[in-house]
Amino acid sequence: MADTPEDLSYTKDHEWVRVKVNEATVGITAHAQDQLGDVVYVELPKVGDKFESSEPFGSVESVKAVSEIYMPVSGTVIEVNETLNDSPELVNEDPYGDGWMIRIKIDNPAQVDALLTSIEYDDYIKEEAAE
Amino acid sequence: MLKHTPLYEAHVSIGARMVEFAGWEMPVQYSGHVQEHMAVREAAGLFDVSHMGEIEIRGADALALVQRISTNDASKLQDNQVQYSTMLIEEGGVLDDLLVYRINREYFILVVNAGGTDADFEWIKSHAAGLNAEVHNTSAAFALLAIQGPRAERILQELTDHMLDRIPYYWSQRVFVDRLDCRVSRTGYTGEDGFEILCEPGDARHLWNRLLIIGQDQGLIPCGLAARNTLRLEAAYRLYGHDMDQTTTPLEAGLGWVVKLTKRDFIGRDALVRQKESGLKRKLVGFEVLDRAPARDGYPVVIDGREVGSVTSGSPAPFLKKNIGLAYVPTEHAAIGTEFFVAVRSRHVPARIVQTPFYKRARQFD
Repeated sequence: MADTPEDLSYTKDHEWVRVKVNEATVGITAHAQDQLGDVVYVELPKVGDKFESSEPFGSVESVKAVSEIYMPVSGTVIEVNETLNDSPELVNEDPYGDGWMIRIKIDNPAQVDALLTSIEYDDYIKEEAAE
Repeated sequence: MLKHTPLYEAHVSIGARMVEFAGWEMPVQYSGHVQEHMAVREAAGLFDVSHMGEIEIRGADALALVQRISTNDASKLQDNQVQYSTMLIEEGGVLDDLLVYRINREYFILVVNAGGTDADFEWIKSHAAGLNAEVHNTSAAFALLAIQGPRAERILQELTDHMLDRIPYYWSQRVFVDRLDCRVSRTGYTGEDGFEILCEPGDARHLWNRLLIIGQDQGLIPCGLAARNTLRLEAAYRLYGHDMDQTTTPLEAGLGWVVKLTKRDFIGRDALVRQKESGLKRKLVGFEVLDRAPARDGYPVVIDGREVGSVTSGSPAPFLKKNIGLAYVPTEHAAIGTEFFVAVRSRHVPARIVQTPFYKRARQFD
């Protein structure tokens, strides 16, 4: 299992969030990409699109399956990672770096506090695996 | 309670990801879906398909019973020959697809899908009335391995004195593999050359381990159900429960070549004759998506803004590096080259009907 970065926040839907003041970068975790397998296509929203927390904003597809990606907190898309159009494999190779998906402007910074810490997320995926 | 094949512990011990499949806990992948797929195209892969069912038919009327339940013509089979076929319900829908192994005149083995084994067995038994034929569900008496890929023969050959090059495509032989009594057939579900090995459950683990060790230098790796599915889709082999079921006939599914209406009688024949006379309303076609978004099972097929059918199997094709699929479309829209849309979530992506199989291996003459 890849190390889960301590400076990020996480969701139970396996997204990570890197918060800087009232903006955030969002991607999927190393665990999520490992479960999906080789990513071949990432469908992302447009800049300016608004989503509520827990609403699907895009999807990531491996050879085997398609999986929706959910908004960790409510906000507006301010940038999408266009590189993933031609290089979706970055999601596998560098999920916490070049495999990022969108940057958003956060509506309500208090929602960030409800997200999981790296320790909580690691515990959560262990519980999930034990089920 | 999920069923386990004799190789369950072997899979878990090498870190396979296990999933539920038709009541069985089966390996979906080991080292990686794409890597496993490519190994079968370029070297060799080893599959545990012991979840498949075996139904044996024995007796003086064994052939007559097979002929009654099977659409293909088993009277054409010689001893040790194998035949692909379908079993139908009276209405012409597909109950299952299967391999028919003729061992001898009075002994046939049917290899059927895992999910249908019990129902198939009851069905066949219920149609044995008046025939001198015994029907047995012997699924628990067999394990089934598949070694597939261009190097399958040379790997398996290292474990037997039997000259494997004398087993033609869709023939089987009793072969001692590493001194263990097996039935080896040149069959498979990947579009590559290769063999399926029926053996005793107690011998499966030994054979599995020996093949993996012997084949390691040749690039043989264990392969899971995920790779099996994309390999069969590239070869345009139909998957029961997806591309056909009781609501579709083999004619609609493009399996007319295993339906022999010249046979006097088999279950479902009348319905197929009627369907042929009135013309097929829909057909299963192969298509390529003209977009990066893969089509998936169940996605609607849209023509002129109208939903006219649906994708029955759809996936990125790891070897062909395209998004491909099979779908039912109305016959008037089924010609090669026809374009339609697939509804992928909120988008309509274009697709084009192409010749199948999508992938055909180069013939080897050596």
